[in-house]
Amino acid sequence: MNTVLEGLFFYILSAMILGSAVLTITRRNAVHSAIWLVSTLISIAGLYLHLHAEFLAAVQVLLYVGGIMVLFLFVIMLVNLDEAAKERAFNKQWSVALIAALVLMAELGYFVIRGASAFQFGQSSGGSLAPNTQLIAMALYRDYMLPFEIASLLLLVAILGAVILAKKQI
Amino acid sequence: MTEITTAHYVFLSAALFSIGVIGVLTRRNVVIILMSIELILNAVNINLVAFSKHFLSVNGQAFAVFVIVDAAAEAAVGLGIIIALFRNKETVNADEIDLMKW
Repeated sequence: MNTVLEGLFFYILSAMILGSAVLTITRRNAVHSAIWLVSTLISIAGLYLHLHAEFLAAVQVLLYVGGIMVLFLFVIMLVNLDEAAKERAFNKQWSVALIAALVLMAELGYFVIRGASAFQFGQSSGGSLAPNTQLIAMALYRDYMLPFEIASLLLLVAILGAVILAKKQI
Repeated sequence: MTEITTAHYVFLSAALFSIGVIGVLTRRNVVIILMSIELILNAVNINLVAFSKHFLSVNGQAFAVFVIVDAAAEAAVGLGIIIALFRNKETVNADEIDLMKW
């Protein structure tokens, strides 16, 4: 019963993720693409819940759907895209690009299927994911202290860079 | 229905990655190319979290947090570049931006 329900959730979420992702890259209007990308990101947050990563699910909704997507929609409204929506949506090399990407997909799928049994290696190291937020906090502030500080510096540089790039006169 | 293994998640992640690659290579609109990059980064995150559950170790989720931070920084700088580009060239189509091509 439990595994049947888990499988059902996984397949429903996967169908939503892949369907919304395909709609994201095929819509002519950029605003429609952004809305479908929001649907993809929320489905991925559901998948994180399914994987017992509750903190990441919350971060995904707050940061991606609440922050990054608002930034995207803001720029789409700021940049006048009405003429762009009437032109052709795909560039001239789309057929070659599609073939190359499909070859990549077939290759990845083939190797995942061939190597699926290899995922049984060293099942677990005896850890646990139980108090999820607490464990991530311990990892971030103790084991990954230096990368955490570098990430804060990266965000500072990104804020300054975005402001300087979008400014009219420097 | 069979049990959901780590291989299922890796397969889903590979499919999402390929969809993102198709978006980057075929679309003309620069904003949608940036959205496809977000799809690729999310495919990476699914992989990290799936293996974090596989090994019962929280390190994968900590790395996923760093990937999300990178995605936010990349989106902010990328959209700033798009605004500067639209101000100078009045276009957001990737194949019309060929100043460095000869």
